[in-house]
Amino acid sequence: MRTFRILLAHELRMLLVTPATYIAATLFLFVMGFIFTGILETFTAAAQRGSPAAIFFQLFWLPVFFMVPLLTMKCLAEERRLGTLETLLTSPVTTVQVVLAKYFAAYALYLALWASTGGFFYILQQFAGPSQSIDFGPLLGGYTFIAVSGALFVAIGILASALTRNQAVAGILAFVILLILVIGTRFAGTLELLKLDSMTGLRSVVDYLQIFTHLEDFTRGIIDVRQIVYYVSGSVLALVFSILGVEAKQIHS
Amino acid sequence: MSEPAIIVRDLVKTYSGQPAVRGVSFEVAKGEIIGLLGPNGAGKSTTLRILTGYLPATSGQVTVCGIDVASRPSEVKNLLGYMPENNPLPEDMRVGEYLHFRGRLKGLRRRHMAPRLDEVVHLCDLGRVRDRIIGKLSKGYRQRVGIADAILAEPPVIIMDEPTIGLDPHQILGVRDLIAGLRGRMTVLISSHILPEIEVTCDRVVIVNQGRVVAAGTPSALRTELFGPGHYELELAGPLDQLPAVLAAIHPSLALVEPVADRLAAPSEFANLRLAAAPDAPDLREALVNALARDPRFRLRALARTRHTLEEVFLAATQPKAA
Repeated sequence: MRTFRILLAHELRMLLVTPATYIAATLFLFVMGFIFTGILETFTAAAQRGSPAAIFFQLFWLPVFFMVPLLTMKCLAEERRLGTLETLLTSPVTTVQVVLAKYFAAYALYLALWASTGGFFYILQQFAGPSQSIDFGPLLGGYTFIAVSGALFVAIGILASALTRNQAVAGILAFVILLILVIGTRFAGTLELLKLDSMTGLRSVVDYLQIFTHLEDFTRGIIDVRQIVYYVSGSVLALVFSILGVEAKQIHS
Repeated sequence: MSEPAIIVRDLVKTYSGQPAVRGVSFEVAKGEIIGLLGPNGAGKSTTLRILTGYLPATSGQVTVCGIDVASRPSEVKNLLGYMPENNPLPEDMRVGEYLHFRGRLKGLRRRHMAPRLDEVVHLCDLGRVRDRIIGKLSKGYRQRVGIADAILAEPPVIIMDEPTIGLDPHQILGVRDLIAGLRGRMTVLISSHILPEIEVTCDRVVIVNQGRVVAAGTPSALRTELFGPGHYELELAGPLDQLPAVLAAIHPSLALVEPVADRLAAPSEFANLRLAAAPDAPDLREALVNALARDPRFRLRALARTRHTLEEVFLAATQPKAA
């Protein structure tokens, strides 16, 4: 545990002193701010159903697709390419501690980036004046969704980084897995094939995996334990495979 | 009766069917400095990596301070200071920061950290670069950071893979003195294919080639083993064609290494000659001086026993076996 704390503190510290973190954060806020203004403009142009927050979180996949691979692709791939993984793993630490420290550091950064978008709603609130308060329900639900789903997304990024020594490959791999997970399941849900009666079992599985449905539930204030189980078990699985991946690469290097 | 610090027994490692190490065995006593020599691809780095527990062995047994590496790797990690090949270091940390982080990882308590860091920085002469970023350091400083990391937690066993590669002669001397300074306190195993530095520092050398130990012992014992004692160099002037007969009179097996036919042109000039005797012959230096100095036909200017460098030992031990 002590070793894990040292490693995690080290990872967080390295994130805080790296200029890349700040560049990524700035770009992230720029893109999100752009999206947010776009949403506000459509709301000012004509009356819309739902709150700005709900629409804003509907677009969560956009930052997920570019931020998660960028945040995580470096983690293990770079250490392996430089050889520092060997120095690290031959000191009294275990692979589990190393992978978990990297995961929690990346996850913390992911949460911090998203938390910074809370500023948008604060500014909106200030400009809207006291008479028109923002509905905090969807906002809270949306951020809870981001936190819970982020655990899985970041774990997938770590897994991709554990499988290769090439950062670019890790990034693309993470992107593809996330794409399949988010858009692919949505596409699978619309397949005619699944509408057959004989496919009921499979259809319920695909419905269960719909990340967009999860988001809607969360923003409506429904917190379904099955969905949380999905994200938590998915993260654990991805991390277990990351650990195995790092160890397998060692054995077969 | 202290047990050896490192025991390697019948170590075999194959990479997907390709044998890299095939049956290496050696022992290192406590406090000894050992050089592991071999050409590129001989299996040095693989052996060291298995010793640190980073790679699993295909078969064979490796123990460090009596602890089996394969079954108790986490205990062994606490006993080792390891500097991997090419000395990988994080590019974007400062030297002091990095050593502090490594010290914490290796279990140094905060109370002992500052004095130990100062000591190591002083030992490795890193004072000037303590606040510099590692990625911007010269090769020599990077190497010293790696060594500082290896000795940081004062482990009983230190393993360094090519610690002097890419250094200039001054820096090699510095690193050599640093390693020599550890003598007695720590057991040191270094691998190298640059030889003169090893010869001075190491108590013993183990030469590996193609995954096997081809020779082991002190540098001087290896010389005797591979070349025998009977090689001499002399500077001599006189009728060299009459020399073989004189030599044969001193010892029946004594002869010139190379024929001297083309040097006969100027008998008054000194020529450098190499002589060889059978390995079982006694030391013939005195007999040679007596015989040649007394002989009016010859003028002897210098005579010495050939001192084979470790390089020659290495080449002789690792050359492909003649069919």
